[in-house]
Amino acid sequence: MSVLFLSAFIAVIGAAGYVICRQRAMASADGNIRNLHSLPSYYGWHGAIMAAVPAMFGLAIWLLVQPMLIERQLQNYFPAAEVENPAAMTLLMGDVRRVAGGIDVAVARGALTEAEVAALDSGRSDIRAELSSVGVALGSQVTPQVLAAAKDYRASAATGAIGRSILVFVLALAGFAYAVRATHKDFRARNRVERVTLGLLMLASIIAIMTTVGIVASLLSESLRFFTFYPVGDFFFGLTWSPNFRGNSQLGLLPLLWGTLYISFIAMLVAVPLGVFAAIYLAEYASPRARSVLKPLIEIIAGIPTVVFGLFALVTVGPFLRDYFAQPLGLGNSGSSVMTAGIVIGILNIPFISSLSDDIINAVPQSMRDGSLGLGATKSETIRQVVLPAALPGIVGAILMATSRAIGETMIVTLGAGAAARLDLNPFEAMTTITVKIVSQLTGDTEFNSPETLVAFALGLTLFAFTLVLNIVALLIVRRYREQYE
Amino acid sequence: MNDMRVDQTMMTTDNKITARGVQVHYGTNHALKDVDVDIRDKMVTAFIGPSGCGKSTFLRCLNRMNDTVASARVTGKILLEGEDIYDPKVDPVQLRAKVGMVFQKPNPFPKSIYDNVAYGPRIHGMAGNKAELDEIVETSLRGAALWNEVKDRLTEPGTGLSGGQQQRLCIARAVATSPEVLLMDEPCSALDPIATAQVEELIDDLRSRFSVVIVTHSMQQAARVSQKTAFFHLGNLVEFNDTDKIFTSPQDPRTESYISGRIG
Repeated sequence: MSVLFLSAFIAVIGAAGYVICRQRAMASADGNIRNLHSLPSYYGWHGAIMAAVPAMFGLAIWLLVQPMLIERQLQNYFPAAEVENPAAMTLLMGDVRRVAGGIDVAVARGALTEAEVAALDSGRSDIRAELSSVGVALGSQVTPQVLAAAKDYRASAATGAIGRSILVFVLALAGFAYAVRATHKDFRARNRVERVTLGLLMLASIIAIMTTVGIVASLLSESLRFFTFYPVGDFFFGLTWSPNFRGNSQLGLLPLLWGTLYISFIAMLVAVPLGVFAAIYLAEYASPRARSVLKPLIEIIAGIPTVVFGLFALVTVGPFLRDYFAQPLGLGNSGSSVMTAGIVIGILNIPFISSLSDDIINAVPQSMRDGSLGLGATKSETIRQVVLPAALPGIVGAILMATSRAIGETMIVTLGAGAAARLDLNPFEAMTTITVKIVSQLTGDTEFNSPETLVAFALGLTLFAFTLVLNIVALLIVRRYREQYE
Repeated sequence: MNDMRVDQTMMTTDNKITARGVQVHYGTNHALKDVDVDIRDKMVTAFIGPSGCGKSTFLRCLNRMNDTVASARVTGKILLEGEDIYDPKVDPVQLRAKVGMVFQKPNPFPKSIYDNVAYGPRIHGMAGNKAELDEIVETSLRGAALWNEVKDRLTEPGTGLSGGQQQRLCIARAVATSPEVLLMDEPCSALDPIATAQVEELIDDLRSRFSVVIVTHSMQQAARVSQKTAFFHLGNLVEFNDTDKIFTSPQDPRTESYISGRIG
């Protein structure tokens, strides 16, 4: 039975659990809600949860485990040398699955019968031609091992599907029966449902955390592989970045790190004053009417896709800076430059900083302002000496979050700053960042096992470590100020 | 209008503040109706009355804190030592340095105890050097009966003090700018009885140096600390007299009802 059908079955038995348990509870209380421990809907939900949730988990786990087991079983069809090599194995398994899928399609369309499938033999018939005649394209010729494995795969999958259906039926019916038996007017359905809800909430947060852990683990393992190809010291302290897909690359991090930090620095130089000043104006001086118009207008910037910003950098800001600053000052004639990307990323981050800071400034209690005004301070003295210090931890947090975003920005750098890895102080020179190089190392048709590709993971790990440190610093600063001010 | 009367009172009394025909509107709401009050120097004047009677509104007129409320409109005359504080020539910022204010909830700034007290003097350039500033801070904290409790921790944040200490810190902060009048808007309503007693004692001390105006919900407090009491009801000044007369022989039936607990 298909997964879709099983899901539908689970949904139906869950609904039945709701209706029947609710009715049973009402019957056991002689139809009087006041005799029940919980509201009737809680009994219903308990029934639905007991019938559906275990079956759902069973189904999910089965779907995860079955392919692993089948794959291990299919290893017997292939020589040990290929089984040892994970990359070759992945390719072979892909072939097997495609052939099996092709046969499935052929059978479903009536082009082959099960008996004909069993009689299939790569030696006698051209399976590739036969499958392509029903619209299934295979990349390469089917070897006897792959065909045999594909047949076994189909058989195992069929067995698995039966086992899966049995498991789901048993779990659903058992849960349903349990819930129906347990339902009684004194049964604490409300507490039970709330415990399940708590479990769901915890599950959600665990999934979020596990995702992070998984990302770090994959970055870490690929980075370690990279460092088996390339010396750690040369990566972290190398001054040259010149990947060469014929080998012999120089993959020094420092030019990229320098470009990243330089561009982020200029971005923050633009975004912090503009963002914070805009926030002060909006929160303290703007009339309610002006505020209701200006705040959404500023926030529109945040909704513009970064690639559009990149175009703006490429077509407008870059040539402008080149023609009016770089060339007259004799600082080069490059349209793409650190300055271009930095300024545009800064503009992108203005609404981020201003919006957060505005909320934070608004959260400073009015009594603080009254106290200062009542002492004869002017509005601007009050803002500088009372409101901003009180809001500072939050503003610093907002700035550091914006910095993380600037460091991670890719599109604007690609279009605005170019792709040349360079260690240079001149802000009108083209440079590039870690993120851009991650993209360029992974795009294109390259072998996945070369240091030139794997370096992307080491770069990603470096970037991750960098923003992590930044966030920790932000937390520490915020905590220190909070101790002082609250 | 009452211009004739204003001129007379200006000549005949040693009033610190003279208010004549003060009206306050918040948008369409007529919050204060034709109030006349004289506030004498070196005396505590209490404003009492039920919630929403306009007593805090009137207090906030005396240092133009109502200017910060966009919808508020004040008419009538309020003279501080004969000078109209609503005259366009008067800078409300300068006025507030002369008429200090202490608020209902203690609102120390997120700064050290020292910086809290030094805030006003620094803004107004009252100290020529660090030694003078230290002197002002110590005098103010002593004046607010807080010096002995905080002298060893002046650099610690003011927000770390207890509620009563915080309110005395706010009083010290207001005293530090050497105001002529000190306005207190229910200064004890967020404090426990012990802290309240300390602040009341302090108010009695302050009377020797300033004229003090206190808004309070507690009639006992008004009776304990004030020499003059004004009773407000529904935006009107009902009765204004010596405190003992208000509490022993009120002239207006509404005053009598309020102090005996029948309205409020």
